[in-house]
Amino acid sequence: MATSAAVTSSSQTKRLKGRAIHPLWVRISHWMNALAMIVMIGSGWQIYNASPIFDFEFPERITIGGWLAGGILWHFAAMWLLVANGLVYLVLGFSTGRFKAKLLPIRPREVVADLAAALRFRLAHQDLSSYNALQRILYLGVILAGVVAVLSGLSIWKPVQLQELTFLFGGYENARVVHFLAMSAIVAFLVVHVVLALLVPKSLRAMITGR
Amino acid sequence: MRQRQRVPGVDPKHLVKEAAQLLPDPARRAFLRGGASLGAVAFLAGCDVIDGASAEHALRAISRFNDRAQALLFNPNRLAPTFPESAIARPFRFNAFYREDEAPVVDGGSYRLKVGGLVQEKRDWRLEELYALPQEKQITRHVCVEGWSLVGSWTGVRLSHFLKRIGADTGAQYINFICAEGYWTSIDMPTALHPQTQMTFKFADETLPRSYGFPMKIRIPTKLGFKNPKHVVEMVVTNDYPGGYWENQGYNWFSGL
Repeated sequence: MATSAAVTSSSQTKRLKGRAIHPLWVRISHWMNALAMIVMIGSGWQIYNASPIFDFEFPERITIGGWLAGGILWHFAAMWLLVANGLVYLVLGFSTGRFKAKLLPIRPREVVADLAAALRFRLAHQDLSSYNALQRILYLGVILAGVVAVLSGLSIWKPVQLQELTFLFGGYENARVVHFLAMSAIVAFLVVHVVLALLVPKSLRAMITGR
Repeated sequence: MRQRQRVPGVDPKHLVKEAAQLLPDPARRAFLRGGASLGAVAFLAGCDVIDGASAEHALRAISRFNDRAQALLFNPNRLAPTFPESAIARPFRFNAFYREDEAPVVDGGSYRLKVGGLVQEKRDWRLEELYALPQEKQITRHVCVEGWSLVGSWTGVRLSHFLKRIGADTGAQYINFICAEGYWTSIDMPTALHPQTQMTFKFADETLPRSYGFPMKIRIPTKLGFKNPKHVVEMVVTNDYPGGYWENQGYNWFSGL
């Protein structure tokens, strides 16, 4: 009995190992992205403060870089990590079929039902390997926001060399607003994402250990 | 009256040093502290990159890498978009490291543009001689490193035309522009030869006013505003990296658009 139980347990472990909730590449790219995003957002706020688009500034102590030049140095250093890591993530996400398996399909009815359940704190979060409709639309949404942030950022950085891209965003000044809105969407996601990860610690553990 | 020295009785280098002291010192000290706290938050803990000096060193190394990346991305035939007259901002914003009433006063009559470095014809140019060169007008977007932008109209001589006239070594790497008040900035040769890079004498069809850089500014619509020097009194073609007033304090050198 004991032997057989041990065998079962060991084979279960093996099976579980084989089916990690988050494969290694997802975990590495997740945390690299987290680092890049924090630097991009903090330094971006520093740059924003040099010439605010709206009638407010970000508090100095939550910005990165100390002054405009420092913010720019950080921003244009972290951009390489953000883009390189993001490209690896997108290529693997598509090629391994993970995006399709995890994020699709998104049915509006399910999104509405899950949102209603979530607002009543009744949205189940038991099976970490499968995302509910709300998670799917949020994860897909933040990936898209990241893509828009990078493209609008490129169009602000290179409004001459990449002028067609800048034109797509409605010109330089509009591209700045789009860049700001993409950042806002990512930050809004981050707040919800971090709160929920702390409320469901095993989801945080899964993104570190894989299970 | 300005004589041939830049500002009588004032050493420009001293002036720059004083101006630099006007910079936000606490902010500069905090320059990399953000990085340190960030490192504590995330993954850099234990890595000496969080140390201020080496973080600054690493960031500047990446900035030099970004100079090279931007030079590769720069297409010498790619023109900056142009705009109709109606898009011109009036009044155009004044921007400098000094207040508008502190803008240098340069006398047009005694003004001489000094040309030096790797050029065949090293001589000074009077304003009338510069005015006599073929001029053209551009209506382009000025983009400030701070983020804001304005469309303006600038008229003057193609820098590439002038460089040919003075027999400049166009195989040299840099052109350094030195200004009446001690400001300086330098650019790469491909940008200097770009058809829209201009020695500017007029803004919105009027003689360049004092606050916009009388008697001559360098207008470069493919670079950020701080790389468009005003009150230029000297031009040096060189292979020795000249840096710049802001560049030496951390702004990316290439800063191409």
